[in-house]
Amino acid sequence: MNATAVNKVLEVRDLCVSYGKVEALHNANVSVGEGQIVTVIGPNGAGKTTMLSAIMGVLGSRGRVDFDGSVEGVPEVERMVARGMNLVPEKRELFGEMSVEDNLVLGAFQRYRMGRRDHGQTMEEVYDIFPRLKERRTQLAGTLSGGERQMLAVGRALMAKPKLLMLDEPSLGLAPLIVREIFRIIAELRRRGVSILLVEQNARAALQVADYAYVLETGEIAMEGPAHKLADDPRVIEAYLGLGGKHQDKLAH
Amino acid sequence: MDLQIALILGQDGITNGAIYALLALALVLVFAVTRVIFIPQGEFVAYGALTLAMMDAGRLPGTIWLLLIAGCAVAVLDGYAALKAGQQRRLAAILGLNLAYPLALLGLLKALPLPDLPLAVQVFAALLVVVPLGPMMYRLVYQPIAEASVLVLLIVSVAAHVAMVGLGLVFFGAEGYRTPPFSEARFELGPMLISGQTLWVVLASLLLIVALALFFDRTLYGKALRATAINRTGARLMGISPALAGKLTFFLAALIGVLSGVLISPITTIYYDTGFLIGLKGFVGAIIGGLASYPIAAGGALLVGLLEAFSSFWASAYKEVIVFTLIIPVLLWRSLKSHHLEEEE
Repeated sequence: MNATAVNKVLEVRDLCVSYGKVEALHNANVSVGEGQIVTVIGPNGAGKTTMLSAIMGVLGSRGRVDFDGSVEGVPEVERMVARGMNLVPEKRELFGEMSVEDNLVLGAFQRYRMGRRDHGQTMEEVYDIFPRLKERRTQLAGTLSGGERQMLAVGRALMAKPKLLMLDEPSLGLAPLIVREIFRIIAELRRRGVSILLVEQNARAALQVADYAYVLETGEIAMEGPAHKLADDPRVIEAYLGLGGKHQDKLAH
Repeated sequence: MDLQIALILGQDGITNGAIYALLALALVLVFAVTRVIFIPQGEFVAYGALTLAMMDAGRLPGTIWLLLIAGCAVAVLDGYAALKAGQQRRLAAILGLNLAYPLALLGLLKALPLPDLPLAVQVFAALLVVVPLGPMMYRLVYQPIAEASVLVLLIVSVAAHVAMVGLGLVFFGAEGYRTPPFSEARFELGPMLISGQTLWVVLASLLLIVALALFFDRTLYGKALRATAINRTGARLMGISPALAGKLTFFLAALIGVLSGVLISPITTIYYDTGFLIGLKGFVGAIIGGLASYPIAAGGALLVGLLEAFSSFWASAYKEVIVFTLIIPVLLWRSLKSHHLEEEE
């Protein structure tokens, strides 16, 4: 398991999700320590997105989600957001017909509702991480490029000042140089103390940035371990990293 | 027809059109946020007007009982959920809002000599009674089926409309009422004679539209409603729950409905079932705007008002037919012009 010295932000026990009779996720056990980046890698259709959706409460599930010291039987989205969990979904789900700035402000909705009205300051911090968003603040979110949209999605989630940020395929559909930029930002977020659960198909880059990793195959955790050890595991190399991917290595740095 | 008559008809058309525009905006808003085609919108107009009429006549409006019963139902449903989740503070808020508030209001209505109070106070009291029925209705009727298809939501809307008309008959009787005008003043403007009430209707409508525009453009809650309309999933992930957005939307729709009712009841006699026709004309406006565009919906509703006024002069027997026939060329034009987007849902 993770180094026991760190406090667990998230501990998921025996999480199961079924779509009708088909079980998409079976008894998954995953935990994220404070300030850690934990990644879940695996092939298409392994249940990675399903797992994040269930933890967040977008999908119904069975099992136990222990987040930030208290247990949720079946998580409920609004409550999880209020408690400091945030999901950046694969499809980004931006508000396309609203400006970049409005998208960001809405990220702070739950905090604002609970009486913490410091979104002006948080926005400056987000602009600090993503100067590009500041340049485009008045532009409609729907007119942004793919990389900018991903930045906006992450920035919007950061507006909630999450304790745990869950990123679903942040590199999906982005040009290699932008992917590198995104991973640089993920590393930067950890330096700022955000715990991150990262789901990725780009296993190489994910293992490089993460502290701990899980391999999810056909709905079950097949392997787990510290990320650098998993990166050297012959089974992982064969299935997910491939040989001679030198240029991939470079891009991931 | 001479200029004099044209001016009178034009004034009538604009006055009614302003009310239709408000209702059209409410219909577009409700559909955008919750996908509900809100047929009972008109009932809020009638309930508002008739509640005011009852108070003016010194009788206790039946709508207060509806508020009590609906409040009890919401308190039981939400209170049970909060109790199960162990949220004590939420429980207190739920009981206060849904039980204590209607009871306090009932006591107040019984204690106050309502007919002797100024009209403004009566209007405010009518708002206090009828507007909370909006969010309660969302909680009881639509929230349990929020994920249903537009057609199912529409069928439920029809049912809610029929139920509200029936209750309206119980509460207010079959008689029609007119409430006293806000202002008896008359202004002469060239050949035109403008009544104070007309000015009230037009100015209040404009003010309300501006206030709504500011709400959606400037406040975080307004932006949250827009966000829900644009991307439901995205909004949920920001912690904007569909239930909250729905209740807020129905609050606004009920507020618009009741205000329209108290504005129009000095001009038109309102019966328990008058609301439906008024709402339907707002709906024609909303359809012209494709249930999506606020400015086109408002403009369309104004057009409906003018068309109705002029057709009542030329062919008064056919005035409703002419107004509702307008919807056919509009639908034809829209279906030819726009691409099918239904699959995207």
